[in-house]
Amino acid sequence: MLEERAIGAEPLIRVENLAKHFPVTRGVLIGRTTGHVKAVDGVSFTIGRQETLGLVGESGCGKTTTSRLLLRLEQPTAGRVLLDGRDIHALRGADLVRYHTRVQAVFQDPWSSLNPRLRVRETIAEALVVNRRVTRAGKLERVEEVLHQVGLPLSAAARYPHEFSGGQRQRIALASALAAKPELIVLDEPVSALDVSIRAQIMNLLKDLQARQQLSFLLVAHNLATVRYIAQRTAVMYLGRIVEHADTETLYRSPLHPYTKALFAAALPADPDAPRDDMILSGEVPSPIDPPSGCHFHPRCPFAMEQCARVAPELKAVASGHVVSCHLY
Amino acid sequence: MDSAAGVVLEVRDLRAYLYTRWGVVRAVDGVSFVLREGETLGLVGESGCGKTMTGLSLVRLLPEPAGRIVDGQVLLEGEDLLAKSESEMRAVRGRRVSMILQDPQTSLNPVFTIGDQILEALGQHHVDGERSLAARAQEALRRVKVGAPEQRMRAYPHQMSGGMKQRVVGAIAVAGEPRVLIADEPTTALDVTIQLQYLALLKEIQARTRLAMLFITHDFGIVARMCDRVAVMYAGRIVETGPTRALFRAPRHPYTEALMASVPRLEGHVARLPSIEGQPPPLHDLPPGCRFADRCAYVADRCRREYPPTMPVGPAHEAACWRNEPSAPSR
Ligand SMILES: Nc1ncnc2c1ncn2[C@@H]1O[C@H](COP(=O)(O)OP(=O)(O)OP(=O)(O)O)[C@@H](O)[C@H]1O
Ligand SMILES: Nc1ncnc2c1ncn2[C@@H]1O[C@H](COP(=O)(O)OP(=O)(O)OP(=O)(O)O)[C@@H](O)[C@H]1O
Ligand code: SF4
Ligand code: SF4
Ligand SMILES: [Mg+2]
Ligand SMILES: [Mg+2]
Repeated sequence: MLEERAIGAEPLIRVENLAKHFPVTRGVLIGRTTGHVKAVDGVSFTIGRQETLGLVGESGCGKTTTSRLLLRLEQPTAGRVLLDGRDIHALRGADLVRYHTRVQAVFQDPWSSLNPRLRVRETIAEALVVNRRVTRAGKLERVEEVLHQVGLPLSAAARYPHEFSGGQRQRIALASALAAKPELIVLDEPVSALDVSIRAQIMNLLKDLQARQQLSFLLVAHNLATVRYIAQRTAVMYLGRIVEHADTETLYRSPLHPYTKALFAAALPADPDAPRDDMILSGEVPSPIDPPSGCHFHPRCPFAMEQCARVAPELKAVASGHVVSCHLY
Repeated sequence: MDSAAGVVLEVRDLRAYLYTRWGVVRAVDGVSFVLREGETLGLVGESGCGKTMTGLSLVRLLPEPAGRIVDGQVLLEGEDLLAKSESEMRAVRGRRVSMILQDPQTSLNPVFTIGDQILEALGQHHVDGERSLAARAQEALRRVKVGAPEQRMRAYPHQMSGGMKQRVVGAIAVAGEPRVLIADEPTTALDVTIQLQYLALLKEIQARTRLAMLFITHDFGIVARMCDRVAVMYAGRIVETGPTRALFRAPRHPYTEALMASVPRLEGHVARLPSIEGQPPPLHDLPPGCRFADRCAYVADRCRREYPPTMPVGPAHEAACWRNEPSAPSR
């Protein structure tokens, strides 16, 4: 398995059989639980120091929930998240404070992640007060430094989030994540709201920061070109589970799982003359409330065999560092 | 209706400013374009250049109290929307012109279920029996590929993933079968397989209803696939408009050229992506000349003094850059 890659050295993050099931209730006041959304259903991976793990997959497959579990914003139903070998959901007191400076996040949605009542400078400075005793001047200096890093004018510091465009807000969110000099940043669709030039700037910035500051990233993104550009390894999720996981280059050159293949086939090339051989997946998008039996992908899989509806395939290694869960392999 | 050309929407010299503590932000500063029946016009450009404000101006939903339309015309089938009262506008929105907002959060009310919100949108547009309404709401969800629609109808927005919310907002926007759809980055939260299905759905609606679409996006894969023509915006103005292929193959404005060079490619691994150095001028303090001058590789003296007029550069293709001036100036 992939975990054995860095023999001896404990990875920064180790996720073990992580699960999160949300109850589905009926009735307004005294909700009766009628089922569960298995948003994340037994996910394992590691993130090494100075490493970027890309997480891709269908909308609703549990990427954000996985991110939120890593950030302690959700309690796992089962499984653990270990930071330097310690369960993050068991941290208390000073350890917890330390955790909050070591792990930061930039979310999908730049509208809800910024406090509308705080000026940009206060939002960024807030990330600093949580951890260290920083002088007022030191704080302002750091605010200016990170604003500059993300390509925003210094005048932005005095304004409120609603006074910026979507892409500008996303850069503010990134600036405040960077302020405390964390070790891991969870990036949930960090660049999808940005134009391609700023996107390139931010991705270059993330790469540079990683090289310079020992930073690790968990990158959730729908744009496959973005993932290819910055992630060393990529995991593909489908309906709460990882279905394929490999070195990014290997995965992009030879995807194995039928869902991964469909995903790559659906990416739109930025070329008006590119051939249009769409492989539009047939069948309904299944619901995590009532996932299909056996292999979750079988109702839509062009290669489905008789056993696929009965037996859930295990994740197995097909080459060094390349695992896939599909009966074809 | 301007029947000869099939023009559904014509925007003439639109100016929409935001009045703020630090000055007047000229977010939309003289924007003109036409939108024809059944066509898709892409609107691309740097983050913060005024794309969303352009879209919001068309449906008169600029942020209050800062935003105001100060000049121009927005002609929908010949009628000037800017001359309408607010109550007349309410009859236009959703039915004749619909907008999918960039921020799905503000379009969905957190205290109502998804089902209630779709039912309300459907109810607004058609007189219909209760039962069939619920069935149609589920059908609308199914069409945008939300699984288990019966159960999802009872979910609140916070219980749905980013991509699901975006699809619900899309379902609501097309429920009234509008003539014009302004889609402000409607697929940023969708994975590519669902994005492809969603785009195919928009195309299908377009083919059936001759819908005209203004598609605001940063994704050049979508532009290549969806758009007949593209308008490139920079610092409040459109600097180039042309057929999609011409913009990809032979851009005539240096900003478009630089933008195209930063598009990440899916094929092959690149060591470092090029990006455009520097920043655009602040919209509350714009220079008199070309707004791209500080970042342009071809800048000349004249560029800083005079704003370049929009000049034809090819069939249905125009750009605002002094480099395109014919060598024997006619001015
Ligand atoms: N608080 C909650 N209560 C109930 N269900 C939830 C809750 N949060 C998420 N879910 C469900 O869990 C599943 C996974 O959601 P998640 O947000 O993790 O998906 P995602 O992979 O990030 O999708 P997207 O790409 O669309 O953002 C979805 O079916 C979603 O509806
Ligand atoms: N409520 C507001 N008050 C003041 N200024 C605003 C407000 N909303 C937006 N702006 C400013 O108006 C300009 C245009 O914003 P707009 O949202 O139209 O940009 P955009 O082109 O859609 O960008 P993006 O691609 O990032 O969404 C931006 O420079 C922004 O800072
Ligand atoms: S296990 Fe069967 S249904 Fe699942 S992906 Fe493989 S071939 Fe398709
Ligand atoms: S007008 Fe001058 S500065 Fe502006 S884009 Fe053209 S060459 Fe560059
Ligand atoms: Mg998500
Ligand atoms: Mg916008």
